[in-house]
Amino acid sequence: MRLRNSSMDGSDGSQLFDDTSATGRGQAGPQAAGGLPGQSLLADPMSNLAMAYGSSLASQGREMVDKNLDRFIPISKLKYYFAVDTVYVGKKLGILVFPYMHENWEVSYQQDIPVAPRFDVNAPDLYIPTMGFITYILVAGLALGTQNRFSPELLGVQASSALVWLIMEVLAVLLSLYLITVNTDLTTIDLLAFSGYKYVGMILGVVAGLLFGKLAYYLSLLWCCAAIFVFMIRTLRLKLLSEAAAEGKLVRGARNQLRMYLTMSIAAAQPVFMYWLTYHLIR
Amino acid sequence: MAFTLYSLIQAALLCINAVAVLHEERFLSKIGWGVDQSVGGFGDEPGIKVQLMNLIRSVRTVMRGACYFLLCTFSHFRQKMAKKKNYVTFYQFFYVFNLGLCHI
Repeated sequence: MRLRNSSMDGSDGSQLFDDTSATGRGQAGPQAAGGLPGQSLLADPMSNLAMAYGSSLASQGREMVDKNLDRFIPISKLKYYFAVDTVYVGKKLGILVFPYMHENWEVSYQQDIPVAPRFDVNAPDLYIPTMGFITYILVAGLALGTQNRFSPELLGVQASSALVWLIMEVLAVLLSLYLITVNTDLTTIDLLAFSGYKYVGMILGVVAGLLFGKLAYYLSLLWCCAAIFVFMIRTLRLKLLSEAAAEGKLVRGARNQLRMYLTMSIAAAQPVFMYWLTYHLIR
Repeated sequence: MAFTLYSLIQAALLCINAVAVLHEERFLSKIGWGVDQSVGGFGDEPGIKVQLMNLIRSVRTVMRGACYFLLCTFSHFRQKMAKKKNYVTFYQFFYVFNLGLCHI
């Protein structure tokens, strides 16, 4: 399993994110401010000592919290998935809705570490699924409101049931990957990201249904279902199938057949979920 | 279709308990799913059946005691949430006791 940014730490975090922190400006700040009113404060050695002690205590506390939190939730790995920018999000949304013109589906690597999403359109990210999930809940609330079926508890019910379906889908995919003993570098978070991409299609379908009626809902849902199906097959083909089969040659053997079936069923489950989670919103 | 996280956890716990309760000698060997019968292929493809048998065995090993404890906790919790009458709570207690007995 390739570990994402196992060698990336805070010092070269600027590879993932643009360093917009005000470290340069921050140093100039206290000096300028301390010059005028705080002159008397800083001149006092006791308060100087107290300030130094306080700041070192704060940084120690923060280090401890970071270290302990990192044991439970792999925050450094999560950071990789949120290193996106506007161009990436725009291109990715375009591919999700219209994957037929995109040609190169391979994820590029940089010295054995997958490149951050902002440099490669094919890399999975968690920004779009998270935003999609939240937008889906809001749009569901809106749709229920237009039918006078809204109450604030229903938002929580929608959110938790969509989350439950997501978790069950990821668990089912993990179980089937274990059973078929596929050697792949797909991590759990990758699978979460891929399962979360269907929210984009669902939102488009529901919004079209709200604006233009039931026929528009069905048409746009059909389009988005086909698009997600093709997207998933093309993405998973490179990750799950063996090298030869991924290039399109027919490789015989029960193992490759099983892998193909697995890819097909994962991709086919997406339209089913998309319909299941939205049909009750459009009446 | 009101799924909550709580019902998911409960369903998962009951499913894991069901897998953990499958007895090795009494049941799995009789239908040819015992782990001693899985020594077959030495290639690089264990096959689905062998993987499933290994999975069942590992679930049983890990969750033996944990299942019973978690089931007790959950039934107690549900009792508190339900606030129903006495015979219902006795039914739930008996249910959990039955599930726990299966582990012997």
